[in-house]
Amino acid sequence: MYFNSRGEKVSRARWKEMYQAFQNRQELIKAGLTSRRDLLRMGLLGSAGMLIAKSGLSSWGSGGCQYGSTGCGNCASPPTTPWTLPMPIPPVKQAIPVSSLTGPAPSINPNTATNPATGLAYEGRTRAHQAPALGFPFPAGVVYQVTQQQSQINVSNQLPLQNLWTFDGVSPGPTYVAHYGTPVLVRNINNLPVSNGGFGLNSVSTHLHNGHTPSESDGFPCDFFAAGQYYDQYYPNALAGFNSTHIATHGDINESLSTLWYHDHRENFTSQNVYKGLLGFYLLFNQFDTGDETTGFRLPSFPNYDIPMAFADRCFDPQTGMMVFDTFNTDGILGDKFLVNGVIQPVLHVSPRRYRLRWLNTGPSRFLQVYLTDLTSPSTPQPFYQVSNDGNLLPRPVQVPAVALGVAERSDVIIDFSRYAGKTLYLENRLDQPNGQGGPTGSVVAGGQGFLMLKIIVDGPVVADNSVDPATLPAYYALPSVSATPRLQRSFNFDQTRDGQWTINGKLFNCATTRFTVQQNSLEEWAFDGGFGWSHPIHVHFEEFQITQGAPGLYGSDSDDHNNYSRWGSQYCWSGCSSGSTGVNLSRKDVVRLIPRGNVKVRMRFRDWLGRYPMHCHNVIHEDHAMMLRFDVATSGDTNTRP
Amino acid sequence: MPEPGKRNLFANLGLVPRTFAPPDSGREVMRKRYFPNVPLVTHEGKPVRFYDDLLKDRIVVLNLMYADCTTLCPMITANLVKAQKILASRVTQEVFFISLTIKPREDTPEKLRAYAAMHHATKNWLFVTGQPDNLELLRQKLGYADANPDKDRKDRALHSGMVRYGNEPLSQWSSIQGSADPDWIAEEITYVMPASAIRRSSAR
Repeated sequence: MYFNSRGEKVSRARWKEMYQAFQNRQELIKAGLTSRRDLLRMGLLGSAGMLIAKSGLSSWGSGGCQYGSTGCGNCASPPTTPWTLPMPIPPVKQAIPVSSLTGPAPSINPNTATNPATGLAYEGRTRAHQAPALGFPFPAGVVYQVTQQQSQINVSNQLPLQNLWTFDGVSPGPTYVAHYGTPVLVRNINNLPVSNGGFGLNSVSTHLHNGHTPSESDGFPCDFFAAGQYYDQYYPNALAGFNSTHIATHGDINESLSTLWYHDHRENFTSQNVYKGLLGFYLLFNQFDTGDETTGFRLPSFPNYDIPMAFADRCFDPQTGMMVFDTFNTDGILGDKFLVNGVIQPVLHVSPRRYRLRWLNTGPSRFLQVYLTDLTSPSTPQPFYQVSNDGNLLPRPVQVPAVALGVAERSDVIIDFSRYAGKTLYLENRLDQPNGQGGPTGSVVAGGQGFLMLKIIVDGPVVADNSVDPATLPAYYALPSVSATPRLQRSFNFDQTRDGQWTINGKLFNCATTRFTVQQNSLEEWAFDGGFGWSHPIHVHFEEFQITQGAPGLYGSDSDDHNNYSRWGSQYCWSGCSSGSTGVNLSRKDVVRLIPRGNVKVRMRFRDWLGRYPMHCHNVIHEDHAMMLRFDVATSGDTNTRP
Repeated sequence: MPEPGKRNLFANLGLVPRTFAPPDSGREVMRKRYFPNVPLVTHEGKPVRFYDDLLKDRIVVLNLMYADCTTLCPMITANLVKAQKILASRVTQEVFFISLTIKPREDTPEKLRAYAAMHHATKNWLFVTGQPDNLELLRQKLGYADANPDKDRKDRALHSGMVRYGNEPLSQWSSIQGSADPDWIAEEITYVMPASAIRRSSAR
């Protein structure tokens, strides 16, 4: 029995028609409705300029998705005209004097005194800050205050303003610009309303994704705090190893991080709260990655030529134009609108010079493979340089045809727009992912036929470029060795029960259950196995790993891709990559894409801090529904090999 | 701004001008998308409407089952019974449990009454049957149908391990895992309850 989105019974034939309509519509969206020529090319427009009545196209705006109103991970948003709004660049977060904080002065122990105004404890934190005992200043020399609040946000000129949940009134939230050696304290105030417009819970836990952060400031999913409370998070901005393997040098310079992000991690409601807007960037600089193209590694200067880009896909209600969340879909949610920094299909103007673009896939569920496309010659490869994988600069730049990003994965790329002066380019997701089930098929669509996410017009003034040309293959950091014998190998199977519950090793997440204990400062090897039919981006908090087996590569293959990317193919493979890491996988990462029935091995050390952390699938729908576990770091560990 | 030719094209497509209905409240968003007000029958033989009589103004826990199920559903029902008892000791607000059969042709009110008695599921718990089309509509609306129609036809319980819970007036909804520890199930249900209704939480 089949139903349409209004709950009316329909025949299987009608259902198929609806599905066809969905696909037709996707084609239009893929083309971005950019021009009459595009529609002609797709055969959708007759010579008289009228749209050819393709079967089912009239079901635009019928609402919901094609398998019924939920469960399919597809949606039918109202049409929007692309390329009408500029791509926003989130403001840089400004520090304040500690005396200007709202509420009581920061304290090392949680401030559990009752706030008479709310009847709740002032602070939601449950554990003392670890950093002061290790010699870090308290309060930190740099102090920020950030507030989660509802704000009206414009995502498209053709949609109503959206009631999003933001940090400081913007989504993505303000960008933190942090420096190694300068600890910061962030007072996070929850001022969210109860009223949620249909999704979201006004109880939050802000995770600094990829941070080498003490547990109590990590944003552990169960460290949530209520509206009316604050939570002080202390980010030491110290190199991993500072209190263990590399004490003399205050940490290992080769563990330097660059592009981090922060997002809500509230247990059981992460997907709703992040979807609703609670995310932003946190950039870390040091003496090499300086943000100034005349010093250090001479990467393009921040902020003019170093631009963070948060990719997201979302659904909007066709009747009201408001963002909708598919609450009872526990497979995965795919949006049909692509946003960059919070705006649907925006425009960026650039100068003809090198830029560092920091790409981030914020999900909720979709995998991306991002290409640079020139629509006047869509099948021509436009290679560029990838300089980081997740939060870590690579040993040296790698020329790539595209970048694959599972949810929460990041990649900094350097694109030399001087080659494209006067031209218009697009960032295009060409990865084929039919619905919220499973994951990508593994194939990529032809250039120009994917989802266009951002229009880049190279019409800015000619300006000096003092950055280093990545084609000269400058060296960044060396990879720390993980060749020692691990203290332990643990294995983790990511799967689903017969009745749809997401599990790790057949078990479900529970805040109070520590599944295993890692011995501080020891090297461990973890093996991740994927179940049948599903892809999972696996994220480990607190430490980066190196992939020693099964490294994921670009999707697509020679036969999928007439451009024959096999010249890059030896270091990128969609599956069967059993050999050691090469290319961009010669890196430290904190998210690894696990393909169906994939086997990945990673190695890492858990250093410096103690306490609880999660490991989970970063398809936030899976994460919210128990595909997560808690592990603790302690001075002595256990030997549980299949926790 | 689109150039004039493009504007005409959009007009042809019926894309502009576009006016939207005013946004709904959160509970209306949820009601319209997920909660059809279909007639049903409880295990006590009482006719009810799904939204008006079972969900409206309540904190609810919702799952799928069928009486002759011998595999996963009895375990989930047992877990929910335990979670209900734990909740009673922890919260001051009532929580209503609703179990929808996926085999309404077989599951008569009498049969569901026996199932309820077997599990000692009594207070604030309704097992619900009715017209097969209505139960099937609810199964689909509540996200329990598999996206792959062929898989779904073979097994209509592929997602039944996910138990819905929510605070209807506040439109706060999520899913918990029916195989989880009952203490944890109870804890997660309190996520949608006001702090004033919670006497104590489990350790976290």
